[in-house]
Amino acid sequence: MTTAPTGLHGPSPVDAPPPAAPAPGGAGRGRGRRRQLTPYLFLVVPVALLVLLTYVPVANMFWYSVTDWDGLDRTKNFVGLDNYVEIFTDPQNVRVFYVSLYYFAGSFVQMALALYFATLLSFDVRFKNLWKGILFFPYLINGVAIGLIFLNFLKPGGGLDTVLLSVGLDSLVHQWTGDPAIANFSLAAVSVWRYMGLNFVMFLGAIQSINSEVYEAAEIDGASRWHEFWHIILPSIRPVVGLSFILAISGALSVFEIPYVMTGGGNGTETFVIRTIWMAFNRNVVGLASAMAVVLLAVVLLVTWVQRRVVPDEEVDLT
Amino acid sequence: MIRTLTTTGKYVTLVVASIAMLLPIVLIVFGSLKTGQEFLATNPFTPPESLANVSNYATAFTRGGMLRGFANTVLIFAAAIAGTILIGAATAYALDRFRFLGRSAVLGLFLLATLVPGVTTQVATFQIINGLGLYNSRWALILLFMGTDIISIYIFLQFVRAIPRSLDEAAMIEGAGHLRIFLQIILPNLKPAIATVVIIKGIGIYNEFFLPFLYLPDPDLRPISTALFAFKGPFGSQWEIISAGVVITIVPILVLFLFLQRYIYNGFTSGATK
Repeated sequence: MTTAPTGLHGPSPVDAPPPAAPAPGGAGRGRGRRRQLTPYLFLVVPVALLVLLTYVPVANMFWYSVTDWDGLDRTKNFVGLDNYVEIFTDPQNVRVFYVSLYYFAGSFVQMALALYFATLLSFDVRFKNLWKGILFFPYLINGVAIGLIFLNFLKPGGGLDTVLLSVGLDSLVHQWTGDPAIANFSLAAVSVWRYMGLNFVMFLGAIQSINSEVYEAAEIDGASRWHEFWHIILPSIRPVVGLSFILAISGALSVFEIPYVMTGGGNGTETFVIRTIWMAFNRNVVGLASAMAVVLLAVVLLVTWVQRRVVPDEEVDLT
Repeated sequence: MIRTLTTTGKYVTLVVASIAMLLPIVLIVFGSLKTGQEFLATNPFTPPESLANVSNYATAFTRGGMLRGFANTVLIFAAAIAGTILIGAATAYALDRFRFLGRSAVLGLFLLATLVPGVTTQVATFQIINGLGLYNSRWALILLFMGTDIISIYIFLQFVRAIPRSLDEAAMIEGAGHLRIFLQIILPNLKPAIATVVIIKGIGIYNEFFLPFLYLPDPDLRPISTALFAFKGPFGSQWEIISAGVVITIVPILVLFLFLQRYIYNGFTSGATK
């Protein structure tokens, strides 16, 4: 950005935790003041935005979560852990965790399908690019458009009902998004439709980066396709599968677009994020909404931490 | 015998999956070309009577505000992408080429931030955006898109590392300052990274619904997602017009996908695994 020169005095929020190792190597130190200032000038804006838009909100969120703030009032009264107690005791709030299980289960179906098609398309298949494109494209479609496409497809007398009637499965016709008993299944299925392509392309990329000599050696040894899958493909793509697993958990809790567009959270399909947003902006209980957001954040961090333990080879080498 | 069976099975699953992927979209395209009466009277699988019936598209563009939606999306995209590129490249340059006090702290801050999902913090971020007076302004979205995109920073970091330092040193010997090295050597050499970021981020911004929904209630400022979402109100029972709006939203992404397939696949696999 062009504002770099104005930041001469402000490069230090970065250094708040000073004991962090003063950089390995120290190659460029002591070549005069300009050289020392340069990296800070380049970092002022990025770090300022990072702090302003990520860390300050997270800190505020923790603070709001122990108050009864309504989002407007000048005073925020400290209420201790009351909000957290309410999250886990009010059945209306507990429900949203339960709803996320549908999406979590859906993501296993999604990963299984993605793995199946990725394996299939990593071997010789005609029209490979066509299949790949068709399976992946839904991931690129606007979420609102997807919601509307499936409202149209699943409405009474819509595409799905027509298919079922024409093959004589009349008894299977349902109010796909209107019946609370099955609405969540329908929405989770739409979510699988939307995100399967991303998993598929990630898995396919990982499988294709396996050295082809490994397969050749296995074939000489007389390994079947199934053996190749189990002993070569699966172990080599474990990090990607691990990553997808994390994304599945945090994704299941942060579902918003599909249920919001399709049912508005009605018919028992309210998700964690829909409820949080509704609390913060419609009911004006920012304190309680923040507590919910803190819980969501805590779950995501916990899952990530566990995953890093379980799959240590998927390390982050960004230094 | 078994071989033919498995080969057939392979193609059968591919065809079934493709039908499942395409059928809902095809039916929307059919619907978008039908007249209102036709839509209600015919079966969803019946092809439209006239393929030249574009009146629903006209309505979607004029009364549905799709044109304004595209204009707003393009404005937001252009500003946000320029900011993202400069921020990402500057951060990557500083972190890769310099050793300074607090470097690992900065790296740690960026690393930790990847773990914070954006949706969780919006309750509190909203107060900040509101405090800056940016509620109901395009700048809210521009700021959020460029200020919270850490994936792009990582993509840039990987590419900066691959630019030989001898290029910097040669320029320095000729008397170039750090800003000039950044602008004339680092940025031009980052073209592949910039292309990746533009594609991934472009698709992300185009499809983003949550942020404009929260921050841009004004109908005149709506980008494409919320403009389409608004169809549920006035056109709630006119599915042929909603269908046209959906198709209009999908077409640009489809065209982009057909032309840039390779880059899109690479972008998503490299962006997602980091």
